[in-house]
Amino acid sequence: MTTVTPSAARAAAGPPGRLRTSSLAGRAGVFAVMALFALYTLIPVWWLLVTATKNSGYLFTTNGLWFSHFDLWTNIRDVFQEQDGIFARWLLNSALYSIGGAAVSTTLSAMAGYALAKYPFRGRDLTFNVILGAVLIPDVMFALPLYLMFSQVHLVNTYWAVFLPSVVSPFGVYLSRIYAGASVPDELIEAARLDGAGEARIFWRVAMPIMSPALVTIFLFQFVSIWNNYLLPLLMLNSDELQPVTVGLANWREGVNQGIPYNITITGAFLSVIPLIVAFLVLQRFWRSGLAAGSVK
Amino acid sequence: MATRTPGDALAHPIAGSAAKRVPGRGHTRSAVLFLAPFGLLFTAMLLAPIGYAVYQSFFRTHRSGLGLGPSTTVFAGFDNYVTALHDSRFMSSFLRVFTLGIVQVPVMLGLALLLALLLDSRGAVFKKFFRQIYFLPYALPGVIAAIMWSFLYAPSVSPFTAALRHVGLEVNFLSGDLVLASIGNMMTWAWTGFNMLIIYSALQAIPGELTEAAVMDGCSGWRVAWHVKIPAVRPALILTTVFSIIGTAQLFNEPAVLSQVAPTVSPTYTPILATQQSADINNYNYAATQSVILALLTFVLSFGFLKFTQRKGTFA
Repeated sequence: MTTVTPSAARAAAGPPGRLRTSSLAGRAGVFAVMALFALYTLIPVWWLLVTATKNSGYLFTTNGLWFSHFDLWTNIRDVFQEQDGIFARWLLNSALYSIGGAAVSTTLSAMAGYALAKYPFRGRDLTFNVILGAVLIPDVMFALPLYLMFSQVHLVNTYWAVFLPSVVSPFGVYLSRIYAGASVPDELIEAARLDGAGEARIFWRVAMPIMSPALVTIFLFQFVSIWNNYLLPLLMLNSDELQPVTVGLANWREGVNQGIPYNITITGAFLSVIPLIVAFLVLQRFWRSGLAAGSVK
Repeated sequence: MATRTPGDALAHPIAGSAAKRVPGRGHTRSAVLFLAPFGLLFTAMLLAPIGYAVYQSFFRTHRSGLGLGPSTTVFAGFDNYVTALHDSRFMSSFLRVFTLGIVQVPVMLGLALLLALLLDSRGAVFKKFFRQIYFLPYALPGVIAAIMWSFLYAPSVSPFTAALRHVGLEVNFLSGDLVLASIGNMMTWAWTGFNMLIIYSALQAIPGELTEAAVMDGCSGWRVAWHVKIPAVRPALILTTVFSIIGTAQLFNEPAVLSQVAPTVSPTYTPILATQQSADINNYNYAATQSVILALLTFVLSFGFLKFTQRKGTFA
């Protein structure tokens, strides 16, 4: 994505010498600051990786930032055997909540955003502002009363208690409205109408493909925010069997006194972040363009 | 409100701009159909809980005798609010988070802006590599990051404590004096890269001619950054500030995890922890009141910031 802009090319072609030497010193300074912050970002993750490979005995006695005995495979086996293999169940739960919730919320956001961008109707601005206002209200405002409401209709401690709130993404509507407004030409919609296509067909066959980069972004953001959610499942679920991996691991962290060894929690934490990192690396092209669309407007 | 539109249109078929609306009426119907699934869930999962919390906050559970008799719910007016405002632990949780935010948000966004400008500068190398590194913490779930840091701070395991001890410094990151700064560090670590990326994306959208013209006029890199680039990314800075205010107000994961290892982090350390504590002891009305107060304050702060910057924008 680092395309050479004309100005950069001109600068590289190099006018006066004085400018060049100063820019060399400047370059070193820029690199130093950037490298320093990269270290700050990486050291904790590096520690997580290194420590995931250690037997609990070496956790306290060896340098935390370097490998000693490589026990990663044993640790992974232990993680999956702890509490009758519940870790695999947690990963599966997280995947179900996140993939299912993100898929549904992306679809709903796309429909709503498209309608708000492309259909002039009375009350449109009000509708949009109410949705946008919801972005400014902290999650706890919804989480706690939702718990009370769900307990009255006996939804607490079910899969739905976490899934249903996860499918609503006001920010997703905001992004898809902006993206639909900017990238789906009115002429194309009119042309499709003249060809006799119905509104639903136009949405699915014409608008959705054009909006797909924004949709991948919404999916990814929603996926991450559901995967990362802690407060909601903590409130809604009692049963260990239904927990996502985040709550499960936090319970293990707490459970040191009940005999859950540190290294099980650490290796579990390490394993649980791999899917997200992979998802980001694979899909980065999309989330970047989506972020750009969201921030420029 | 969207669902009422078609009814309105039918009720006044010849009112106002009816002539112009005739082809649009079918479209209004389509718009409603497209909006309905989201609107329904939005109402049920976001609007209804708000209403329910506000409603709950005006009631109180009254237990007769020694709490053994059946409990009754009585209207309490603003009693819960008065209690909350006099609740010193609840109020100090606000003050704590406010203090944290006043320091942490500017530091984090300043860093994010600096890194974005550096990444955007001509002197930068390995841009793609650095960008990915900075964004990495966003891929780590907040709780997982908190668990990780809880070990990185724990005196018995921490490589940092060990390194500092090596140079003769005895530092306990979880002690009363330091734990708030330690939490601030966790937030900075987790969110700087995300904010950096939003600002960086906005920088990328600045037309090349604009910066080029400034360079031609003999502006140094820093002056271009100050006079051209930073004003141009104002909307992104406002967006990231608002997100940060909301995020800070909801501080929960980090102290919740740290409270397991740091006795200095009390169960009412932040407003959300205090709210959850009330819910835990079945004082739902009070918990609802606390969440309404928190939501109101957050909304006032973030919305107030938006309005303030917009007003300044029109005068500038």
